[in-house]
Parts: sequence; C-alpha cells; structure tokens
Amino acid sequence: MALSAAIQGGRAGAARFRPDRIGLVISLVALGGLCLPFATVKPNRILAGVAKTILEALPQTGSILLLAVLFVAITIACLRSPAWLRLGASVLVLLALAGAIGVSGIVLTPSGNPYARVAPAAGFWLLAFAMALLTADALTRLRPGPFGRVAALAATAVVFGFILKSGLWDNLSILKEYAVRADSFWAAAAAHVELALGSLVAAVAFGLPIGILCHRVPKIRDAVLNALNIVQTVPSIALFGLLIAPLGWIAVHVPGAKAIGIQGIGMAPAFVALFLYSLLPVVANTVAGLAAVSPSANDAARGMGMTERERLFQVELPLALPVIITGIRIVLVQNIGLATIAALIGGGGFGVFVFQGIGQTAIDLVLLGTVPTVALAFAAAVILDAVVELLSTPSVRDSAP
Amino acid sequence: MTRVWSFLPRMALLAFLIAFLWHPAWFAGLLRPLTENGAPPIYDQGSLALLTLDHLAIVAVATLAASLIAIALAVLVTRPSGREFLPLARSLVNIGQTVPPVAVLALAVPMTGFGEKPTLIALFLYGLLPIFENTLTGLSTVPANVMEAARGVGMTGRQRLWQVELPLAAPIILAGIRLSVVISMATATIGSTVAASTLGAVIIAGLTSNNLAFIVQGGVIVGVIAILIFDALRGLETLLARRAGG
Repeated sequence: MALSAAIQGGRAGAARFRPDRIGLVISLVALGGLCLPFATVKPNRILAGVAKTILEALPQTGSILLLAVLFVAITIACLRSPAWLRLGASVLVLLALAGAIGVSGIVLTPSGNPYARVAPAAGFWLLAFAMALLTADALTRLRPGPFGRVAALAATAVVFGFILKSGLWDNLSILKEYAVRADSFWAAAAAHVELALGSLVAAVAFGLPIGILCHRVPKIRDAVLNALNIVQTVPSIALFGLLIAPLGWIAVHVPGAKAIGIQGIGMAPAFVALFLYSLLPVVANTVAGLAAVSPSANDAARGMGMTERERLFQVELPLALPVIITGIRIVLVQNIGLATIAALIGGGGFGVFVFQGIGQTAIDLVLLGTVPTVALAFAAAVILDAVVELLSTPSVRDSAP
Repeated sequence: MTRVWSFLPRMALLAFLIAFLWHPAWFAGLLRPLTENGAPPIYDQGSLALLTLDHLAIVAVATLAASLIAIALAVLVTRPSGREFLPLARSLVNIGQTVPPVAVLALAVPMTGFGEKPTLIALFLYGLLPIFENTLTGLSTVPANVMEAARGVGMTGRQRLWQVELPLAAPIILAGIRLSVVISMATATIGSTVAASTLGAVIIAGLTSNNLAFIVQGGVIVGVIAILIFDALRGLETLLARRAGG
C-alpha cells in the first residue's frame, strides 16, 4: 500500500512536480499557527494575559530547533512522501511542541509571583492541531490493524504519563489547577468512571435480555423501541432532575435503600439517568444483530438438533456479538460525555471542574475537566472499535464498507 | 388504518403543546402536586413561549448552518478533485464524535463570552457530524448503473450531482439532519448553564430552587417538540424515498 503509493508518487514526480494536497492544507494551518501567539502569561488565573510569540517564549536555541523540526515536517508533508515518514515527522514535531510548551512555562513564569499563570495560546493549539491532523492522515494511509491502533494508543498514554511525571509541564496553568485539587481530581475521576462504566454494565445486564425478548416476540418490539426512543429525547439535565424526587422518596420510604446509597441528589439519579439513556443503543443493536443472523445458520442449528437455548447461546449471540459490541461502544462514548452533566445534581465526575470553571470564568479549570473527559472517550472508542473488528467474522468484515 | 392511529396521538400532542405554551396557567393545577411549600407551579421568571421560540431559533440556525457546511464538505470530498481528502475526513468525523457536547460548549465560552454564541457553536459543530456522515453514505450508495446511465445521456458532473446524486441521497441526508436536530434540541438546554436563553433555563431554575414542576415542564416541552420534529422529518423522508423510487 505505502510502497505502491510511493512508486506512483515517484512516477508522477518524474513527469511533473505535484505536491501532496492534504499536506499543503495542513502546512497552511501550521503556518497560520506560527503567526499567532505561542503562549500567554497571565498575572493570575482569571485576568487576561500577555501574548508571547515562539521567539519570546523559548530560549534562542529552543526556538531555532522547534522551527527547524517544523520546517522539515512541513516539507515532508507537502511532498508525496511515504506514510511512515509522515507519521515519524509529525510525531517528532508533536514531541518537540510538548517539550517547547513546558520550557516556555519555565522561562515565562515570573519569579516571585505564585499567582502568575503560563498557558498555551492559539498558536500552540493550531500547530498541535495541524500536526495531529498529519498524524491522523498518516495513520489513515497506513491502515493499522486493531492491535496496531491499541498499541499506538498505549504508546501515547505512556508518553503523556512520562511527561506529566517528569514535571516538565508543572509550570503550565492546567497543572497548577491540578496541583491545588489533586485529591478531588482523582475522586472526580473515580466517580466519572464509576458512573459511565457502572451504568453501562447495568444497561447490558438489562438490555441484552430485553433485546432477545424483542427479537423473539416481534409484537412488543416496536413498543419497547419507541418507548426507549422517547427517553432519548428528554434532555439530560431534565432527566437527571426528574429522577431526584422518586429516588428521594425511595430513600425515605424503602427500608435499607439509603444504606446502599440511594438518595435524591448525588450519584443515584445520575446513574439511573445514564442507565436509561444506555438502554436504547444496547436493545436496538441486540435486536439488529439477532435479526441479521442468516436464516441458513439457524436452519443448520435446528437441523443439528440444537435446543432453543443452545441455538441462542451457541449460534445467534456469537454471530450478533459484533453488532452488540458496536452498541456498547456508542453507549460508553456517550456515557463518558453525559457523565459530565451529573455534576449539576451533585453526582461528581469531571463535570465538577467544567461547571466550576464556567462559573468562575477560569478556562484552566474548564480544561482540567474537559481534557480528561475527551481523552477517556477517545480511548474508549479506539479500544472498543478494535474489539469489534477482532470479533467480526470474515464475512461481516468483507461486507463492511 | 395504522396511519390514522399514528397520526392522531401526534396531533393531540401538538395541540397539548400549543395550549400549554399559549396559556400555561390552565395547567397549574396539574403541576401543583409537584411543588412544595407553595412554590409556583408554572415558571414565573419569563415567558415559556418566548423561551421556546429562542430555543427553536438557536436549534434552527445551528442546524441550518451545520447542514449547509456538512453537505458541501461531503460533496467536495466525493468529487474526483477532492477524493484524496475522503479518508482523512472520515477519520476526523470519527474522532470528532468522541468529543462530548458539554466540552465543546465549555471550551467555546472563553472565545465568545457567555450567551447564545457558545451554544450556537457547540450545536453547529456537534450537528455537523451526523449530517456529514449520512451525506457521504447517501452519495456513495447511489447505484453505479444509475451513474453510468447519467453519464451515458451526456450529463455533466454538475448536472449529475444536482439531478441524480443529491435527489437519490436526499432521504439519507434528511435522516442525518433529523438525528442532528434531536441531539441539538436536548443539548441546547445545557446552553443555559452559560446563560443562553433556552428552555434549559426553566430546568436549571427547577434544579436550583428544588422545584420539580419547573423541571417537568422544561423537560416535557423539549421532549415533545423533539418527538414532533423527529416524526415530521421521518414522514418527509418516507415521502422523498417514495418519490426517488427507493
């Protein structure tokens, strides 16, 4: 694939110079990023900052090094170069950017002012976005298999973990927000994961049997799917709010309910709301997966003398599994995002920082909540996509677009 | 027969919605059991009808902009001159869908300030994805022999796009717009956490003053409108699909 592209590129290059158009667009974005400020220095976390260019934000050798790496990567991007070279170049620039923003944090932080904040500015984000685009484009061309994608994800996580551990970014504003709230950050992370994963497990435990029942009894199928569709149209903050009263009533009137953590506000209504939102994708995909099992497979199973139960567990469910896991992927990514809203009713999670940050107009605090949320959702999507691909039988994989 | 049965409840739902927005006080008795300590059963910090109109306006503007841009982008990357951008565009859409709408909303605030603008940006960006994806699907599932026939009768690329591809893809594109509208209706309520004038203001007022009646009326109005729009657009899709012979 990469080789044939390179050969084609070579042939075209011999006839007439043709730049890589995707690379050209990405380079324009990167050049735009160079024109914008690289970092801002704020006297405290809320006041507006002073913009600094790359030349002002980095020591001379540092800025020359960064610009040189960037120039090489842009050149590689604009030429019809092989995908692995583009991948290597873009990853190198991303690492250089990560180092540079850390160094600029150290350089720009005025000594003796503990309230001063150094934050990445538009130029940094645009450069990082351009290089992430180049990475994504190179990965798309290389078409890594499921294991390759998960390995790339793991490598990214290790690099980020290493940078965070090393203290390189400790002078940046997001990590200063983190330093003040390290304990509550991890409590929020635990609550967020508990909400998103716990409601998913509950939704699968209830949704799978409901889906199987809907498949077996077509009469109830439309009613169940319509009811679940209606639940989806209720806005999340309203659903969270609506559950406060009934759960509060249960906590007061059902003996033992309070002991297992059921109460009006807090995690319980958020958990139930996420569970209700999760049911539709699980049930709908279970029904769709079972409906797509070929009649010949079922006939063969019946011909072999399998009982209904054997046919369900040994034929239908295994064949429907990729579609069911696709539903689970949708639910998990959606839940990780929706769990942010739980903070509005005291359910905890990363939303606490998002809404506190909005309230205090402190963008660094908003970022402390949104960056881990987006990272979690992205990681969940990559991992579950890989699982779906691994589980898909060859026939399913061939018919996929 | 089944058509009448599915049509009547929707008309009743629409009538209920209009009556509620026209004269909310008629329904005060219905909502009073949900309040405590003599709290007002009907939202009293503004007009429900005006909030509903603001809510619908934000969703309409964002969806219209998202539809125009998403369809244009999908057409661009499926033309011969833009085809090399297609794989990258697909992966970008997949990555974009993992970003939660609240994150987009919160991150737009520092750029635009509080109010309607961050909500519009969040709804626009989040609405792009389903429409773009469905337009791509719709354009790429136009049967090859139909395209061949269009070429055979001497249609130019532009004529093929406007007279063959887009009409055939219209039902699937509309399905994407429908999905986008339903998501936007619900997401717009979160916009009220950044001071946008939407029905979310009613729900949030209920959350902060512990008034269940406010939460119910805000949630029900949004849900009912979403269901009605969902049904209307699905009806339009069936109509278009029938006209396209699908």
